[in-house]
Amino acid sequence: MTILERDTSSKAAPTGEPILKVTGMEKLFPIRGGGLIRRVVGHVRAVDGIDLEVHPGKVLGLVGESGCGKSTTGRAILNLQPATAGSVLFRGREIVGLSRSEMRPLRRDIQIVFQDPYASLNPRLPVFDIVAEPLIIHNLVKGDAALRTRVKDLVQMVGLNPEHTNRYPADFSGGQRQRIGIARALALEPAMLILDEPVSALDVSIQAGVINLLEDLQDQLGLSYLFIAHDLSVVRHISDRIAVMYLGKIIELADRDTLFARPMHPYTQALLSAIPIPDPERERRRERIILTGDIPSPANPPSGCRFRTRCFKFRDELTEDQQRKCIDLEPPLAQQEPGHTSACHYSAVRTVL
Amino acid sequence: MTTGPMTTLSPAPGSAATASSPNTKDALLEVTDLNVRFPTEDGIVHAVRGVNYTLRSGEVLAVVGESGSGKSVTSLAVMGLLPASADITGSVRYRGTELLGMKDKSFSRIRGKGVAMIFQDPMTSLDPVYKIGFQISETLRAHDDSMSKKAARDRGIELLNLVGIPNASDRIDQYPHEFSGGMRQRVVIAIAMANQPDVIIADEPTTALDVTVQAQILEVLNTAMAETGAAMVLITHDLGVVAGVADRVLVMYAGRPVEMGHVDEIYYRPRMPYTLGLLGSMPRLDATEHQRLTPIKGSPPSLVNMPPGCPFGPRCPLHIDACDEIEPPLIEVGGGHLAACIRSEELRGTGTHAEKIFDATAIDDVLIGGAAGDDTVAEVGSSSGGAQV
Repeated sequence: MTILERDTSSKAAPTGEPILKVTGMEKLFPIRGGGLIRRVVGHVRAVDGIDLEVHPGKVLGLVGESGCGKSTTGRAILNLQPATAGSVLFRGREIVGLSRSEMRPLRRDIQIVFQDPYASLNPRLPVFDIVAEPLIIHNLVKGDAALRTRVKDLVQMVGLNPEHTNRYPADFSGGQRQRIGIARALALEPAMLILDEPVSALDVSIQAGVINLLEDLQDQLGLSYLFIAHDLSVVRHISDRIAVMYLGKIIELADRDTLFARPMHPYTQALLSAIPIPDPERERRRERIILTGDIPSPANPPSGCRFRTRCFKFRDELTEDQQRKCIDLEPPLAQQEPGHTSACHYSAVRTVL
Repeated sequence: MTTGPMTTLSPAPGSAATASSPNTKDALLEVTDLNVRFPTEDGIVHAVRGVNYTLRSGEVLAVVGESGSGKSVTSLAVMGLLPASADITGSVRYRGTELLGMKDKSFSRIRGKGVAMIFQDPMTSLDPVYKIGFQISETLRAHDDSMSKKAARDRGIELLNLVGIPNASDRIDQYPHEFSGGMRQRVVIAIAMANQPDVIIADEPTTALDVTVQAQILEVLNTAMAETGAAMVLITHDLGVVAGVADRVLVMYAGRPVEMGHVDEIYYRPRMPYTLGLLGSMPRLDATEHQRLTPIKGSPPSLVNMPPGCPFGPRCPLHIDACDEIEPPLIEVGGGHLAACIRSEELRGTGTHAEKIFDATAIDDVLIGGAAGDDTVAEVGSSSGGAQV
């Protein structure tokens, strides 16, 4: 019947368990000295102990600014850059510590789409070969005719014309290339996709088509997404739940509507208020929270709360005693209301939209 | 003035330029029928095809367009920064003085003093081998021979303070690599405002920056305008940024302005399908319910050997045969609002409802350049279900 039968059935299987469960994951990159021996003199704490859950058929958005560790998180989950510590359970199976060959069968079920459609497709392979490659590697399709049918279906599924499969990536626009990348990721009928900034390299008119496609695929195939992006408008559009990252930590996590209507962490509030809305009247009325300073180095994060060096609440609203707590004690990601966690000692709702 | 090759230097009477700016008294910058052509191996790329605008004192004019729409080339032509191989025609007047064809030496007296520019990438617009202080005083002393090094340094510190760089008196002796991206862009803005210019051209000034830093930089740009009293041409692809800062908006497509008007007109009553399409393809942070996006199908045309007719025609849901005959001129549709579309009257009352004319499709099956995919209709399902299995 359909080429993705397996996944639709797995979606139907009733289960309250998350398909992906990340616990205490850390990814440190060593900093080496300049000497002959190049001893390790410190670590960049790119991902510094995060917990995430993605449920079957749901979309978890992971947002943050450059250098917050969101892309590293995606890669560490897939073992492309092995996590330093913590646990990643995919359908109950531990991924951390698996070798490349042990990973291979799992890669059928969890795939990634990269940000740059110009760099992630081999320019010297026709589209047919690009999409067929995973099918051949995993030996999923027997015979040329079946392979052709399958690739044609996949290409059609991502909204491209199947008659164009003999062409090369250079013949396609950025949006179309991203679709080829999506077709390649779907070739193995995965249950889950990690989408690492899948639309941020695209012009807005093209981006919209790819977002619509991702929505359709998710609906129709019952896929689970980890959607990593810096653009909160895009993340809001596609996600069920959203996690906000800052300097290697998740600082707030809530379902989409709650996060936008009732943000509790000062960073989320600043982030939301900084995003321009294409509506002149609203923009003229809006009050912006302007953060001071830059993101601290993840090699040497501030003590206590990592956001305190830029926090407007810390600077303007807290007493010295209250500030002391921010400096000394790292705020845990704690539940503030049902299904809504925030890592701030002084979490409080502030409407910013 | 929009058909065939554009070789005339003066605009036809009653053209867009005069319609948009009947009052040229307070015009700081007047761009008239600007055309830029680049010779390439594939033929002549007509990157800018007849841009007209007038910038008045104190206003912010946003030039909006996607990659390849010619918005950056327009501003480089205005600044006289295009390579010699570029063929530029038309007229660019700064306070009545023609800038096109001006000798580089005389142009240098205007550049940085009368008209200053802020580039997109703060990583490359500062010279990595010179200290920040040197780069600021260089700009100051280039336009004022009598200024001492000491005075230039003091003014440099003052400027760094203005743009919000902490410890300015120490940081002025640092190199660009010691600054973060946002801080570098502040330095670039400090240099741009150093000589109290009348016009600041900002080319995607926040595109390379994170959103919280973008908010800071937009704030600094505001300061810069307030301090210098300069008018600004803001070039960007981000319709969100434009909404908050622009007075008037010029929308470019395939090297030409296709719509122009007051910011509210453009956002609430767009009269060119392209503008409406752009607005409909943006996910909204403030959406109250889930709305499906309406992408624009296809890609912008190649600027080599453009066919006659509206360049947006192949992507336009309102396309009719008449669209292919001549390129529609940019004409007034009411209230200083200009649009280049023969069916713009039908968009009256559409407001911002892009879904009324655009498909919420998920399909994208026409190859760049068009031809190859047009004759075959792919069986890719209905418009809203591109991902059928």
